[in-house]
Amino acid sequence: MIARPPSRFRASTVTLAALAALLALFGLMLIDSARRAALVDRSADRALVRELGLTDLSLLTEARYTRHLSQADRHSAFQDHPAALEHFPSGALLPPPPHLAPDPR
Amino acid sequence: MRVAFERQKYLIDYTLAALLRRKTRNLGLLLVYALLVFLFASVLLLSQGLRREAAALLQDAPEVIVQRLAAGRHDLLPADWLDSLRRIRGVSDARGRLWGYYYDPAVKANYTVMAAAERPLAEGEILIGAALARVRAIGVGDVFSLRAASGPPALFKVAGILEPSSELLSADLLLLSESGFRALFQFPPERYTDAVLTVSNPREASTVARKIALALPSSRPILRSEMLRTYDAVFDWREGVTFLALAAPLLAFAVLAWDKAAGLSAEEKREIGILKAIGWETGDILRMKLWEGALLSLTAFLLGYLLAWWQVFHGGARLFAPILKGWAVLYPDFRLTPTVDPGQILIVLAVTVVPYIVATLVPGWRAAIADPDAAMRG
Repeated sequence: MIARPPSRFRASTVTLAALAALLALFGLMLIDSARRAALVDRSADRALVRELGLTDLSLLTEARYTRHLSQADRHSAFQDHPAALEHFPSGALLPPPPHLAPDPR
Repeated sequence: MRVAFERQKYLIDYTLAALLRRKTRNLGLLLVYALLVFLFASVLLLSQGLRREAAALLQDAPEVIVQRLAAGRHDLLPADWLDSLRRIRGVSDARGRLWGYYYDPAVKANYTVMAAAERPLAEGEILIGAALARVRAIGVGDVFSLRAASGPPALFKVAGILEPSSELLSADLLLLSESGFRALFQFPPERYTDAVLTVSNPREASTVARKIALALPSSRPILRSEMLRTYDAVFDWREGVTFLALAAPLLAFAVLAWDKAAGLSAEEKREIGILKAIGWETGDILRMKLWEGALLSLTAFLLGYLLAWWQVFHGGARLFAPILKGWAVLYPDFRLTPTVDPGQILIVLAVTVVPYIVATLVPGWRAAIADPDAAMRG
């Protein structure tokens, strides 16, 4: 029987190379994150905040108390009547702002 | 050194051959494992990214906002309050803000309408946020019609579109002149929505707020620190709620992984017995099991984390948009600044990789220290 020459691409070589490639990508991800965090320029956004006196992010625009979460009053989630249940999806996922929460006793 | 490396490579060759014997099961496990890491890492990266963005953007938010409350609801603030506020020691400036909401039935979207005193806008001109322009499909020079409080439609010319890069702040903004704002909403003269205060010493903001509450009992001062805390709490809460929702798949995976890793089958025990009988040391078997756990869990971790990072910071976190969006029509197209916290990576590693390696090693070790004869006989 003729012995087969060992393959140049052993399973371990391929696997270790793939793992090294993933680790290299992970390293590149860390470098890219650090580089972009250092380069980010928020001066225009911050100027807009200063100019208009903005208080909140326009992330949840479906109801006024989720759009301006920090400006909401204690009753805004019950705006229809005192026993009204909260019905906006994002409101159901939001806690009350800490400054409106009852003091811990 | 080379010999030691070759020895490890032979061990990996053997491990891979063993894993490939149960190809479908192990490949399925790897995919589910990577998906779970992806979901957990996505939630962590998105919450952390948004939290940092909110903190960075809102650090220039007003030091104190003063609202007027009537019967527990937000009411309009009389202009003479501004003088009273300016007289409070520690307050260096007070200016009224004019803003409100407009529901547009044409696209079922809510806009935040604001008077921009510092912009040179004529009464019939507006500036709009980029998301609003996208949803209404309008551009600079187009005419935008809003229903005035008096009834007839008010026509505005779009004088400009706010920078798309600031969509996280301005997606739904509609800026107009003070006179345009008052005319659109029939807003009473000498009244403002609320007041923005500048405090001489920001560290005294809470003292100033107490003085305001005493001087104007129907007022409600809101501090910048409270605004920042609100966003911190929001994303902590959302993170918690999502983790709670992910707890069920995590438990299912834990059972699957434990069953796969910890419960060695009779066939696997016999395999270890044969390896011992032909001269493998307990240490070799442990190394082989270590490679098995490490290769599978490390690959799943790296794949899952890299995909999560790409999805959150380059894909605009579209996967989570439905959760954040709710019923809203306007949703900002934002790109978060990538942030990777080494502590957070270690947490994901500790929660996902370490338990799997331990679950693979312990039963392997128990089978390896057993008598080969007993192991082979089952």
